[in-house]
Amino acid sequence: MTKKIATPLTDEAVAGLKAGDSVLITGIIYTGRDLAHAKLVQALDAGKELPFEPKGAIIYYVGPSPAKPGKPIGSAGPTTSYRMDKYAPRLMDVGLKGMIGKGNRTKPVLDSMKKNKAVYFAAVGGAAALISKSIKQARVIAYEELGPEAVRELRVEDFPAIVVNDAEGNDLYEQGMAEFRKE
Amino acid sequence: MREIGFDTVKETVAGLCMDANFEIGHDVVQAFRHGLEVEESETGKAILRQLLDNVEIAKTEKMPACQDTGWAVVWVEIGSGVRVSGGELYDAINQGVAKGYTDGYLRKSIAADPLRRKNTGDNTPAIIYTDIVPGDRLKITVQPKGGGSENMSEVRMLSAADGAEGIKNFVVDRVARSKANPCPPVVVGVGIGGTFDKCAQLSKKALLREIGSVHPDPVYAEMEQELLQRINKLGIGPQGLGGRVTALAVFVEAFPCHIATLPCAVNINCHSARHKSATL
Repeated sequence: MTKKIATPLTDEAVAGLKAGDSVLITGIIYTGRDLAHAKLVQALDAGKELPFEPKGAIIYYVGPSPAKPGKPIGSAGPTTSYRMDKYAPRLMDVGLKGMIGKGNRTKPVLDSMKKNKAVYFAAVGGAAALISKSIKQARVIAYEELGPEAVRELRVEDFPAIVVNDAEGNDLYEQGMAEFRKE
Repeated sequence: MREIGFDTVKETVAGLCMDANFEIGHDVVQAFRHGLEVEESETGKAILRQLLDNVEIAKTEKMPACQDTGWAVVWVEIGSGVRVSGGELYDAINQGVAKGYTDGYLRKSIAADPLRRKNTGDNTPAIIYTDIVPGDRLKITVQPKGGGSENMSEVRMLSAADGAEGIKNFVVDRVARSKANPCPPVVVGVGIGGTFDKCAQLSKKALLREIGSVHPDPVYAEMEQELLQRINKLGIGPQGLGGRVTALAVFVEAFPCHIATLPCAVNINCHSARHKSATL
C-alpha cells in the first residue's frame, strides 16, 4: 500500500508509518550530506540557529548533479546514510522527524529515532534521474560554497520512498534480508 | 609514427564521460530484466522496474543515471606506434574530463585534499592507468566510479594456504557486510594475485567485463559462478531491502603471485556499472 504524506511531519503522521510502507512525500524537504551535517551540528554547538526550522523537518541525504538550464535540479538520488550517523541524533534532538537516504543506520541513530519518534526512509539509490522528476523547485539556503554539498530547500511532489526504520524500532533491512536468506 | 591531435583525445574523453553517465550499458539493462524474472521479493521487483525506468529517462533526457557521476577512472591502451601531438596525453585526458563533467552537467565529486576536502570544481584529476601495447591505435575507456560502492571495497592479504576457499569466503563476507550500502544489485570485481596495490587495480579492471561474458580460464569461470550463487543466497536483494538479486555478476582477474602471498581485492560497483570506450 502506498501512503501519501506531507511535510512538516507530525508525531501522528510518524506513528502511522510502518517499516515496509511505500510513501509519496509532498511538501518541503531539505538536503544535506557529510560536510553540511558537520556545519549544522557546529551551528547547534555554537548556540546558533539552523538555516531551516528543524521541527518536523525531513532531511534528504543527497548531493545532486547540476541543473541544466530551465530545470530545477539535476539527477538527485540518495547517498549512503551511515556517514551522517555521527550527526543525526543531535538533529533529531532538536526536532528532525525524517531522514531519506540509503543503507543501514547504526544503533545510536536507531535509538534516537525511537526516543524522538522519527522515521528513516530509503529512496532507490541510483534511480536519480527518475527521482528528480518529483522535485519541482530547488534553492540553496546555506553553505553555497560546498557546491553539490550545499543545503538546499526542495519542493517535492509525490517523492517516492520506502519506510525502512519506523519509530517503533522495526527495520525493513533486517526483516527483508532474513526473509530471503538461504543457507 | 602515427599522430593523434591533443584536441581529438580531449574531445573523445569529454564525450565518453557524458555517454558513460547518460547511457547505462545494454548488458546491465539485460541483467536488470533477467533480475526481474528471477526476483521473488515484490519490493525487489518494484525497485528493478524503477531502475529500468531510470535508465530510460537518463538516456532520453541526457541526464546522469546516478547523481554520483563518479571518479573518472580512465584506462588507456597506447600502441607503441602512436603518439599524441600538440600536448601531453595526461593533460588531454584531464582537460577532457573537466570539459565532459562541465558541459554534461555532471557532478564534481573530487576533493583536492583528503583532509581539507575542498572540491577541485571540475572533477579532475582523473585516475589514469596506461598500458603500452603493440600497434598504432589509442584505446580509451572511461569508467566513472561511484563513491558509495567504493567505500565497501577492501584488500586482504590472505595466506597461500587459504587458497580458493579463503578467497571465496572473503569475497562473500565482504558483500554480506556491505548490505544495502553499495546500492545492490552490485557488480563484484575480484583481483587475485600480484602485489598489494596490483590486486586492487585488477579488481577495478575486472569491473570492465561485459555482464554475461565467461572467464576464459575454466577454474575462474567456475569460481565466478559459485561466488554469484553464494552472494545471491545472502538475501540482501535490490537496495538491501530483501530479495534474491544481490549481485548481477562477479568478475575475477588473476595475476602471477609471490610465493609468500595471496593478495585478494574486492572492488564493488553499484548497479550503475558504467564504462564506455573509444578507439582512435
